[in-house]
Amino acid sequence: MHAEKPKHDFEPKIIAFVCTWCTYAGADLAGTSRMQYPSNVRVLKFPCTGRIDPVFILKAFQQGADGVLVSGCHPGDCHYIAGNFHARRRFAAFRKLLEFIGVDLNRLQFSWVSAAEGGKWVEVVTDLTEKVRAMGPMTEFKELALEEQWSGKIDTPELKEAYNQI
Amino acid sequence: MSRIGVFICHCGENISRTVDVERVAAQIGKLPGVAFSTDYKYMCSDPGQNLLKKAIQEQKLSHVVVAACSPRMHEKTFRKAVEAAGLNPFLCEMANIREHCSWVHENKEEATVKAIEIVGMMVERVKKNRVLPSITVPITKRSLVIGGGIAGIQAALDIADCGHEVILVEREPSIGGHMAQLSETFPTLDCSQCIMTPKMVDVANHPKIKLYTYSEIELVEGYIGNFQVTIKKRARSVDEDKCTGCGVCMTKCPQKKIPNKFDMNIGMRTAIYVPFPQAVPNTPVIDRDNCTKFKTGKCGVCQKVCGPGAVDFEQEDQLIVEAVGAIVVATGFDLYSIAEKPKGSPIKGYGEFGHGKIPDVIDGMTFERLASASGPTGGKILRPSDGKEPKQIVFIQCIGSRAREKGISYCSKVCCMYTAKHTMLYHHKVHDGQAYVFFMDARTPGKSYDEFWRRSIEEEEAVYIRGMVSRLYQKGDKIVVMGSDIAVGVQVEIEADMVVLATAIQPQKGADSLAQKLGISYDKYHFYSEAHAKLRPVECATAGIYLAGACQGPKDIPETVSQASAAAAKVMTLFSKDQLEREPIVARVREAGCVGCFACKKVCAYGAVEEKEIRDRQGNLIKVVAYVNPGVCGGCGTCQATCPSKSVELDGYTDEQIVAMIEAL
Ligand SMILES: Cc1cc2nc3c(=O)[nH]c(=O)nc-3n(C[C@H](O)[C@H](O)[C@H](O)COP(=O)(O)OP(=O)(O)OC[C@H]3O[C@@H](n4cnc5c(N)ncnc54)[C@H](O)[C@@H]3O)c2cc1C
Ligand code: SF4
Ligand code: SF4
Repeated sequence: MHAEKPKHDFEPKIIAFVCTWCTYAGADLAGTSRMQYPSNVRVLKFPCTGRIDPVFILKAFQQGADGVLVSGCHPGDCHYIAGNFHARRRFAAFRKLLEFIGVDLNRLQFSWVSAAEGGKWVEVVTDLTEKVRAMGPMTEFKELALEEQWSGKIDTPELKEAYNQI
Repeated sequence: MSRIGVFICHCGENISRTVDVERVAAQIGKLPGVAFSTDYKYMCSDPGQNLLKKAIQEQKLSHVVVAACSPRMHEKTFRKAVEAAGLNPFLCEMANIREHCSWVHENKEEATVKAIEIVGMMVERVKKNRVLPSITVPITKRSLVIGGGIAGIQAALDIADCGHEVILVEREPSIGGHMAQLSETFPTLDCSQCIMTPKMVDVANHPKIKLYTYSEIELVEGYIGNFQVTIKKRARSVDEDKCTGCGVCMTKCPQKKIPNKFDMNIGMRTAIYVPFPQAVPNTPVIDRDNCTKFKTGKCGVCQKVCGPGAVDFEQEDQLIVEAVGAIVVATGFDLYSIAEKPKGSPIKGYGEFGHGKIPDVIDGMTFERLASASGPTGGKILRPSDGKEPKQIVFIQCIGSRAREKGISYCSKVCCMYTAKHTMLYHHKVHDGQAYVFFMDARTPGKSYDEFWRRSIEEEEAVYIRGMVSRLYQKGDKIVVMGSDIAVGVQVEIEADMVVLATAIQPQKGADSLAQKLGISYDKYHFYSEAHAKLRPVECATAGIYLAGACQGPKDIPETVSQASAAAAKVMTLFSKDQLEREPIVARVREAGCVGCFACKKVCAYGAVEEKEIRDRQGNLIKVVAYVNPGVCGGCGTCQATCPSKSVELDGYTDEQIVAMIEAL
């Protein structure tokens, strides 16, 4: 049924994990400025991107999300001094892992949106929604209950490369 | 079973225009655990809050979700209301259906569906919310002030005048800082010593101020309200309690030709010395590197002549521990040495304009000492090389400052004004002399500042040349200054007798290592960083530590004093309560699960994670686990996402709460 529908009829589910101080505030600003964007995104607020466990991303995909956005303060702007740096390291490695198990990385986006960037929030959300809409629903992951822990150091060239791409 | 109350706000029409609020309330009312669901025109208004309170009591609600604007707007409001009705405030959550929904979508159906999902998500979350008791930390009502310049002096006096003890630590043998070195001060030209020394004496006599000079900070431990500071009091070789300050020792000391740093090395001092006559304390110190007794074992004249027997060659450095609740950092500035790259400085040396090579090319602070009535020349402007009065004098501004290629892109802020002051002082003292100023542009914002600057041109006959100097060299006993006047487009060449360079203001040497001891952040120049450039200009991001004066950025005296009083006010605010209450969003360790890997300790930017020993009844060590100090924890949760054994949890953002939200989707 689902597959027969033309792609643009598909409404993807996007989950956004954001920090309170920058991106959540940026999304608030988009609201106060009455900017418009697709209604597909659901926002989960964290104190800091440093709090976001990669397991949450897996969980979101498992719960039927078609795309996941992780967004926090620009490097250097962290309200908690350095939480976003730890997040960046963690997600760099996590992306490699996802790629390894066969997830299309286009479904998972990282970005930095500051409290002043209402416009950028709209752009990021709109782009991701359109991109994922074109890709169609995420199916390969729904059954996967991956509770594995991630930990480790960025020391291989591949991980470093991944780190630099974020 | 929870009895959740859900309140959907119309926000006038701001929400209800695009979200069908009645439908949301009805749908949400069907969710398991929801005991009460309603909508109201303005939830934040008094009647709205009363509706909420009444419902909590009448419906015996266990949790509350208010679906309205952003929690950044009204979370505090509703949590307070919930608390007033007898529930723990952290059992209340807000669902943002305005900024994140009604304002950003036009299609009513889409917006309504989204709103239902958002509220549903928060309902699932709130079920997992726990009662969080508020956290209180005791406060030691004593404060430490580091640096005894005008900033530190002002802050110390303000705090002490409010009745709280202050520990003032100064690195040099006397307090006073740079202001004590100045001759007259802009914009009023009142004598710096005259306004500074009474304050210095106040510090010395204040019953609530404990002064440690010739001392440095060795170690800082603890957190807001509860710091332990180790101070290293360097050996003065003179017993402060016995010394009467008579000064006989200094008149007898045979080492008389040691350049005095306070006089910018123009004046000389003895090996046992006070840096300047009005020094506070008035107790001399022995400069051991230059003392004959310390170098050869012979001499000891000062000890022989000292009536009260205060000279003590055996004195040793002392370590003193003080407990304080707040710290004001007021370590001030240094002048950019353009001669070479200062050791350990991120800033390149200037290496131009002959500073350090041509003796009559001096910096602004040296000019202050020449102009000072209590300076090495008794206030006469005389050339360091031959003691002659310079008849032609050239001032060059922006040396180092605003020069990105030299590593400093900022404006040093005080040089335009002090150069104008210097031309006036020069004109007052050398009536037949002529002053020239090379400048890029004059920056004189501030009360009576521009008028002051104009006066130097209009009344004191200084010639201002807009342009930079391209070359400067010694020719006989003259210094040839070549530059361009870009206003008229001509080259100028002046044969000067003396050149004064307005060198850049930069942080004190060692500013970075002090910051590391304190756990505060600094910028690439090593100026200390305030918590917020506009709204928290005197606080550090590290709780309980405040900034005053030029250590935070270039500042003149009025600004320095204002900031110092502001920092003191912040300390007083902290001290106005016996206990510090903080939001209980902090991490907690489950000791049973903790394997003691301390991955959390490595990632915690606040240094909140400590090592705690678990022992059995016999006192045998069972294991070492992590402990998060709730007074220090910033509440970011980085530790939790890092912990491999899932043993540390951030209250208010537990895995349970987050997963409940994801599962609601
Ligand atoms: C040439 C010149 C002329 C000026 N003329 C004027 C003027 O006319 N009017 C005006 O308003 N402003 C003037 N200023 C600016 C003025 O000097 C500053 O605003 C003021 O001195 C700043 O005070 P402060 O206490 O922040 O720093 P400072 O005066 O630098 O005091 C800092 C103190 O901290 C101590 N210290 C440093 N590190 C440590 C440490 N680790 N531990 C313990 N103690 C430490 C230092 O020894 C010093 O005593 C002038 C500046 C210059 C360079
Ligand atoms: S050390 Fe002795 S001689 Fe020197 S000032 Fe003090 S009391 Fe006078
Ligand atoms: S929540 Fe952040 S500040 Fe608190 S202990 Fe964990 S890492 Fe440190």
